[in-house]
Amino acid sequence: MTEQRTPLVEMRNISISFGGIHAVDNASVDLYPGEVVALLGHNGAGKSTLIKILSGAYKRDAGEILINGEAADINNPRDAKKYGIETIYQTLAVADNVDAAANLYLGRELRTPWGTLDDVAMEAKAREVMGRLNPNFQRFKEPVKALSGGQRQSVAIARAILFNARILIMDEPTAALGPQETAQVGELIKQLKREGIGIFLISHDIHDVFDLADRVSVMKNGQVVGHARTEDVTKDEVLGMIIMGKVPAKAIPGPGAMQMA
Amino acid sequence: MADTTHTAHFNRARSAEESPVKRFFRATEIDTRLLGMVGAMLIIWIGFHLLSGGLFLTARNLWNLSVQTASVAVMATGMVLVIVTRNIDLSVGSILGFVGMIMGVLQAELLPQLLGFNHPATWIVTLLAGLLLGAGIGALHGIIIAFLNVPSFIVTLGGLLVWRGATWFVTSGRTVAPMDSTFRLMGGGTEGSIGATASWIVGLIACVAIVASIIHSRKQRKRFGFPRRPIWAEYFLSAVGCALVLGAVAIANYYPWPTNIARKYAEANGIAWPEGGLFIAHGIAIPVLIAILIGIVMTFIATRLRFGRYVFALGGNPEAAELAGIKTRWVTVRIFALMGMLCAVAAAISTARLNAATNAQGELDELYTIAAAVIGGTSLAGGTGTIAGAMLGALVMQSLQSGMVLLGIDSPLQRIVVGMVLVTAVWLDTVYRARAK
Repeated sequence: MTEQRTPLVEMRNISISFGGIHAVDNASVDLYPGEVVALLGHNGAGKSTLIKILSGAYKRDAGEILINGEAADINNPRDAKKYGIETIYQTLAVADNVDAAANLYLGRELRTPWGTLDDVAMEAKAREVMGRLNPNFQRFKEPVKALSGGQRQSVAIARAILFNARILIMDEPTAALGPQETAQVGELIKQLKREGIGIFLISHDIHDVFDLADRVSVMKNGQVVGHARTEDVTKDEVLGMIIMGKVPAKAIPGPGAMQMA
Repeated sequence: MADTTHTAHFNRARSAEESPVKRFFRATEIDTRLLGMVGAMLIIWIGFHLLSGGLFLTARNLWNLSVQTASVAVMATGMVLVIVTRNIDLSVGSILGFVGMIMGVLQAELLPQLLGFNHPATWIVTLLAGLLLGAGIGALHGIIIAFLNVPSFIVTLGGLLVWRGATWFVTSGRTVAPMDSTFRLMGGGTEGSIGATASWIVGLIACVAIVASIIHSRKQRKRFGFPRRPIWAEYFLSAVGCALVLGAVAIANYYPWPTNIARKYAEANGIAWPEGGLFIAHGIAIPVLIAILIGIVMTFIATRLRFGRYVFALGGNPEAAELAGIKTRWVTVRIFALMGMLCAVAAAISTARLNAATNAQGELDELYTIAAAVIGGTSLAGGTGTIAGAMLGALVMQSLQSGMVLLGIDSPLQRIVVGMVLVTAVWLDTVYRARAK
C-alpha cells in the first residue's frame, strides 16, 4: 500500500466503555479510498461497537476520527452521513412496515416544491437503483416485512449507495443470505471498490470476507490485535490472530497482541 | 421498458388463476379490512333499525349520530399517530375537560369584560387560546416521554389525574355557561348547520376533489411508467366516492328544522307560514365539517408529509429510524403536541354542543378514543393504522351507543356491550392479520 497517501478514514486511539466494561480500548484502524478492510474478531470483540462510533450510533469516550486527514466531529448518525459515511447494519435497520422506496429515502425524503413527499419520484429512483442491484426485484408497493432476507439486504445496500457514499460500513453483510445472494453482494463490493469507495467489512467469520478484503484488522477483547495485508497472511494465521491474539511475522501488531515470551 | 412488461405479464399470469372477486379487489386497490368494517357497521345499523322498529336509519338519527361522533372522531385521528409510534395517550379526556373549562371561562367571563358582550372576535380568540393550551399540554407530555424517558402510559396516566384535578380548580367545580353565540355554532344544532344549498356545494366540491385526485394520481403513475389500475376501476372508484358523498349530503338535507324553531324563523324573517309546515333543511352540521376537515388534514399529514413518514417509520422500527438520522425524540414531542391540539378542537366541539363547560366533560373519552383507533385497525404493536379507519371506528362506537340508547338499554348494560365489542373487534383483527401473513 502507498502509505504516504492520506487515509480516507483514520480512527485513532478510540475508547468507549459501558458501565465499567471497556468495549473498545485504545483501538486504531484506517481505510484508504478504493480499499476493503475486513474487521474481524469474535462476537463481543468490540468490532461492531468500534464501527458504530464511526457511524455515529455511539459516542466515543476518547480518541479521534480523521476523515481525509481532517478531524471529524461525529456525534450522531446525521453527522456521519454528512461525511459520506453510510452503514448497513447487521440487523438491516429497515422500517419493515413501509415500502422499499420509503426505506431508501428514510431521513432524506425527496419533496415536491410544496413540501409534500414526492413518492412518485422516490419510487422512480428506487426502481432505477434496485434494477441495478437486483433486477428481479418487483415488489415496490409492499412493506419491506413481506420481502425475503436477500431482498431486504438489497434494500439496505441500495439505501447506502443511493446517496453517493464515500465510506461504506457493512456489518455482517452476508450473514442472512443464501450462496447466490452472497455472490451478488461480493460482486457489488468489487463494483463499489472500483468507484473509489472505501469499505469496512465486519464479520466474525473469516471465510465470508477474506477473498474480498485487501487488508484485515483483528480485534479481541476490545483491543486491536494487529493489521495485515491479506496477500501476506494465510487464513490460518488470521484465525490465530482472532482466537489466540497471535500475530504472524508479516503483520503489524497492535496493543492487543499476545505478549510473546 | 423491460421492467413494466415483465410486471404486466406477471400480474396477468397471477390474475388468471384468481377468482373474479379477488381480481376486483386487486384492480380497485380497495382496502378489504376497511370494507369489512363498513360491512360490520351496516349490520349494526340495520340490526338497530329493525330492533327499534324503524327509528335508527332516519335522517334525524343519522344526523345526530354524525354530530355525536365528531368530538371523539377528531381525537381518534391523533390517537392513531400516538399508537402507531407504540405510545398511548390516556389523558385526552382530561385535557379535553381542562381546555374546555379554560375556554368556557375565557369566553363567558374574561373576554366579555375586555371586548364586550358577544363581541365577534370572542370565538376565535377563545379557540386559538384553547389550541395553544392544548398543544402546550401535549408538548409537555411529549417532552417528559421523549427526553426524560418516562413511559407514555405513566405520563398520560398522571396527566389524566392532573388535568382532571386542574379542571376542578379553575372554577372550584362550578359549571360555566352560556357560551358565546358564535362559538356555539361549532357544536351543531339548527344554527350550527350550513343549510341545504351550502351542503350541496360542499358535496359537489368533494366530488370534484375525488375525481381530480384520481386523475392526478393516474397521470403521475403514467409519467413514470408505473403499473396503473384498469380504467374501469378508476371509473368505479370515482362513482362510488361521489355517490357516498352526495348520499350523505342528501340525508343531512332531508332532516328539517323542528317546527317551533322554523316557525320563529319564519316570523322573524316575515315569511308566511305555509299549510304543511315550513321545510328548512339542517344540512351538514358544522362539527361534522370540522371533523371531516381534520380527517383530511391528518390524512395529508400522515401520508404526504415527511413528519407522517417518520411517525410510521418510528413505529415500525425505532432503532432503524434513529440510525437513519431521524430526530425521533422531537417527532414524539410533535405527535403529543398535535394530540393536545386535537383535544382542544374536541373540547370546543363538546363545550359548544353542551353550551356549557363542566367539570366532568370528556370523562371516559380517552377510552372511547383509544377504542375507536383500535377498532379502526390501528395496531397496538405499532407501525400500522389509518386516520380514515379510526374515524370509522369512532362512528361504529357511537352507533352502538346511540342504538342502545334508542332501544332503552340501561347505561350499565351499554358499557358491558361496548367493552365486549371492543375485545371482540380486536380479536377478529388479530385473526385477520394472522391470516393475511
